[in-house]
Amino acid sequence: MGSRGDWKKLLPTALPGAAWLVAFMLLPSLFVFYASFLQRGANGWISGPLTLSNYLRFLGLDGESFDPLYLKILWRSLLLGGVTTAVVVLLGYPFAFFIALSKRKNLLLLLVVLPFWTNFLIRVYAWIVIFQRRGVLNAFLASVGFNPLHLYPSWTAVYVATVYTYLPFLILPLYASVEKIDWTLLEAAYDLGAGRLRGFFHAILPQTIAGLVSGVMLVFIPAVGTFVISDLLGAGKTVLIGNVIQQQFGSSRDWAFGSAAAFVLMAVVLLGLWIYARWAGEKGLEDLL
Amino acid sequence: MRKRFDGGTQALDGVTLQVMAGEFFSLLGPSGCGKTTLLRILAGFENPDEGVVRINGQDMRSVPPYRRPLNLVFQNYALFPHMNVYDNIAFGLRMKRLPASEIGSRISWVLDLVDIAGLEKRRPDELSGGQKQRVALARALVNEPDVLLLDEPLGALDYKLRKQLQVELMNLQEELGLTFIYVTHDQEEALVMSDRLAVMRHGKIEQLDFPEAVYERPTTRFVAQFLGASNLIPAAALDESRTTTPLGDLAVKEALAPGRRYTLSIRPEKLRLHRTRPPRANVVPVRVDDIIYTGAENQYLLDAGPLELIAYTLNADIQEPGFEEFDYDENVFAELPPENLVAIDG
Repeated sequence: MGSRGDWKKLLPTALPGAAWLVAFMLLPSLFVFYASFLQRGANGWISGPLTLSNYLRFLGLDGESFDPLYLKILWRSLLLGGVTTAVVVLLGYPFAFFIALSKRKNLLLLLVVLPFWTNFLIRVYAWIVIFQRRGVLNAFLASVGFNPLHLYPSWTAVYVATVYTYLPFLILPLYASVEKIDWTLLEAAYDLGAGRLRGFFHAILPQTIAGLVSGVMLVFIPAVGTFVISDLLGAGKTVLIGNVIQQQFGSSRDWAFGSAAAFVLMAVVLLGLWIYARWAGEKGLEDLL
Repeated sequence: MRKRFDGGTQALDGVTLQVMAGEFFSLLGPSGCGKTTLLRILAGFENPDEGVVRINGQDMRSVPPYRRPLNLVFQNYALFPHMNVYDNIAFGLRMKRLPASEIGSRISWVLDLVDIAGLEKRRPDELSGGQKQRVALARALVNEPDVLLLDEPLGALDYKLRKQLQVELMNLQEELGLTFIYVTHDQEEALVMSDRLAVMRHGKIEQLDFPEAVYERPTTRFVAQFLGASNLIPAAALDESRTTTPLGDLAVKEALAPGRRYTLSIRPEKLRLHRTRPPRANVVPVRVDDIIYTGAENQYLLDAGPLELIAYTLNADIQEPGFEEFDYDENVFAELPPENLVAIDG
């Protein structure tokens, strides 16, 4: 994209997308950013003057003593995102290979995508049906002579459902990488004296990094911000940053504070991505980003 | 050695061969002849259904690929795309956990050897085809293997570069005294480079010999046609040195079994064309059907009645017997010298 001519040629194809992003991404974000420095006004609307109080409140610095309530909630959300991502990688990485090497890969891919044919809320409600006191799981446990489990509402249920929800978002991009693996590189590694483990780490893993990275981002970012799953499966007892934000724009009607919370979350995620990008740059993986 | 793949194709069907230490040995054949399968068995990537691989007398059956004293230069190079040239070449040495100082000195030795010093920091996608080839070679040679396996290493390069690298590879092999086992489908390459070569077809060795012997004395019709061009003439032996053929009776310089069927093979460049009938044996009147100008030589397609013959003459601008040029539709005499006729069974 050097000269002006290139730019002019690009314009017709880039314009619709750019306009879309400006109208539905950039402008609303700027509005939310602006709102985060305002205060709750009359009728639950927002009004001036500009203030930092929303951020101080989030950081727990607005009262007489330090109150890390919202920081704890943020930490809980990051933990959910991190653990979910880790579990999803452990489950999804081998599974992507299983699909790619299977003779029935089309069927398996269909099974991965199949849940998307049902509404997300219905799928989360289905976990209630499974986990509730007289639910499917406990009926099964009773039939084989075990005591019932109290999994609804619980953090366990939230974690299980989050993993379930985001697993396909890792498998699909990873599968795309695994499909394209050049297996002769593994043979080259063997030929040069690498055993199975080192062969995998030096010849196979690097070829799947691109898919793994996009999968991890597709899982981590929405998992950190989830509120529907914790709302339904935690029955209001498992509060995440997503729930906090949603409440401010809903029942609490404090858009200013909700905007500040949303921006803190975004800043934390972007900071994580920035650190990751620097790490990747040092490793010479910049083409992945 | 035998090898059958899932789906029932017999990839190798009773192949036995012995390669001498320090030899440049080629496996030559069309695609699907089993030459690459044989190489992969040697490298340890496939297991034979029957048979043994021995290297320096040692049975390799239970030795995994990463412990065999050989290295393979892959057909598409198989360079690690995420590593630079230096790391690619260092890979094998690092796997052996050699000290960094020794790795460094071995690599500078091999970089000079294959003439790619200065490219260490490049990534494979920043290299030309010839450079990739050299890196792949360096990556294998730096491990100082007993045997170097090469799977059509020059197949993806253009003609000039291929010719140049052929010579370099031969020099390298001689200089290092290494055993090369070289897979190729390019018959010229095999003739130029090999000490000995095996021509393979359908998982079997058709002929195994020195390049001159394979070219001059092919033992099967396939070898006669796969290596260069051949005129093949069906024949039946009249007595020990005379045959009857569709072109008339032809004499040969071989001990034939009377009554037996043969195919006589003669190379196009050994067939001599004359304007006037020479007073010798094995002369056939023919008509010039077509002339193909290829630069260094003229190729004549000749109508010999029941058969077509091909003859090559050197384009040397000399008007002497053997170098004369002929015209379309000219009636000339083709001489098939008895000593150049090879009798192939069947």
